[in-house]
Amino acid sequence: MTTKLKALCEGSAVPLLLIVVWEAVARAGWISPIVMPAPSAVVVKWWEALMPAAAYDPTSQSRLAWALSGEMVHDAFASLYRVVVGFLVGAGLALPIGLLMGANKRTYALLNPLVQVLRPIPPIAFIPLSILWFGLGNPPSVFLIALGAFFPVLMNTIAGVRQVDGIYLRAAYNLGVNQWTLFTRVILPAATPYILAGVRIGIGTAFIVVIVSEMIAVNNGLGFRILEAREFMWSDKIIAGMLAIGLLGLAIDTGVSRLNNHLLRWHRGLEH
Amino acid sequence: MAQIVASNVQKVFKTADREVVALKDIDLEIARGEFVCLLGPSGCGKSTLLNAVAGFSLPTGGVITVDGKPVQGPGPDRGMVFQEYALFPWMTVAENIAFGLQVQKKQKAEIAATVSQLLEMLNLKDFRDRFPKDLSGGMRQRVAIARVLALDSPIMLMDEPFGALDALTRRNLQDELLRLWERLGKTILFVTHSIEESIYLADRIVVMTYRPGTIKRDQRVDIPRPRDPSGHAFNELKRELGRLVMEEQQRHADDEMKLAAVD
Repeated sequence: MTTKLKALCEGSAVPLLLIVVWEAVARAGWISPIVMPAPSAVVVKWWEALMPAAAYDPTSQSRLAWALSGEMVHDAFASLYRVVVGFLVGAGLALPIGLLMGANKRTYALLNPLVQVLRPIPPIAFIPLSILWFGLGNPPSVFLIALGAFFPVLMNTIAGVRQVDGIYLRAAYNLGVNQWTLFTRVILPAATPYILAGVRIGIGTAFIVVIVSEMIAVNNGLGFRILEAREFMWSDKIIAGMLAIGLLGLAIDTGVSRLNNHLLRWHRGLEH
Repeated sequence: MAQIVASNVQKVFKTADREVVALKDIDLEIARGEFVCLLGPSGCGKSTLLNAVAGFSLPTGGVITVDGKPVQGPGPDRGMVFQEYALFPWMTVAENIAFGLQVQKKQKAEIAATVSQLLEMLNLKDFRDRFPKDLSGGMRQRVAIARVLALDSPIMLMDEPFGALDALTRRNLQDELLRLWERLGKTILFVTHSIEESIYLADRIVVMTYRPGTIKRDQRVDIPRPRDPSGHAFNELKRELGRLVMEEQQRHADDEMKLAAVD
């Protein structure tokens, strides 16, 4: 307990000091609040954006709907929705293609050159095309996110299938499996540690892409909100938005990591 | 009539720059219910012969038949226990044992009954919902044996199954294997490089030569079970087989020196 407490004190010493200095500098008026607002102002803005704007009115809405009616909550849901849909599309395509490419040499030979050409192009570079193809709103955003999630999941799935230890295949053949059972009950589970590592990278990429895509094509979401705040030079709101983006990213990564640990509870040497 | 018959079996491995004759002129007959050990130093082709019977790697010459039918690939009529256990780490103990039965599309109730019975038989009841990573080597090998027994195959093939275990666990599992063999009447073909293990277990010991792998001696073991490893007859045989195996081991060592010198 005491060592834990000590570690906590040590870990928070530098950030706390930084915040105190930052606050002092801002209050002393050495820096314009447009360039760097005080941390207290950021926290106030953050809280304002999180809380419902209007008073609770039981005739028009439920208490839950009211509690979630804050601007930041709406934006977070909008961003999360795009990440989830984009990721599901991207990973949903990458998984079967990766399984096929990993297991079948011919499919690999056919598709690999294309993959190698497209993979190094950052999803961000597809922004102009995505607007030409899909217009404005959610579709181009989902497309870019799907693209960002696709390649990490694909590459890891291929590697995962290829590294399956031959001893499992021999044991399975010895037990009399057919190809389908071998694939679903042996190769797929044996490849899951790799696939899930790809999923985690893919979700991370999806989250980067969602913020960028919201700055170009839509009018809600956490990425849109900080760009909007810039137009009014609301620096405190920009930083509050960044804080929200960081917290959402942390929440997503923690969730994925929990899911990984559950799915890989059979696996030796769990990591976070 | 013999259950497993190898006639004139050859196996040649080709690499880019040389050919290795792993098996040559192997003629071997194993009767139903017999416990046979293949004994020899590493490189003598004993595992190659076992893999050929299992159907993982077919011979390049000659033929192996099981119950009169030529072996063409692996199958659940010849259950294999590997030295590396080869349990599926993503399945629990019970799921590992049930897997072969699910593959055969057995009824759920029948699978559950067989699994419970095997967990009981191999003292694994308290481990049924554990994953392999939580088990000791000895426990894992019990699960691997149970998984093969679940198939109810008449033949068990064992590739140095106890090689990675400590001496006490090893003796314990040898006794358990003998108990199961006497109770279930399986035919067992067991690969080992341990002379003592082969004498402790087998009805017959087939000593193999180092490259090319041929049969050097087909030795019947008439010592009544349970066999006492410190007994006179046991040690007599141990000395005799030790001499045969060490001749081959020496050839193996010489060969390695030669190869090392070439490199």
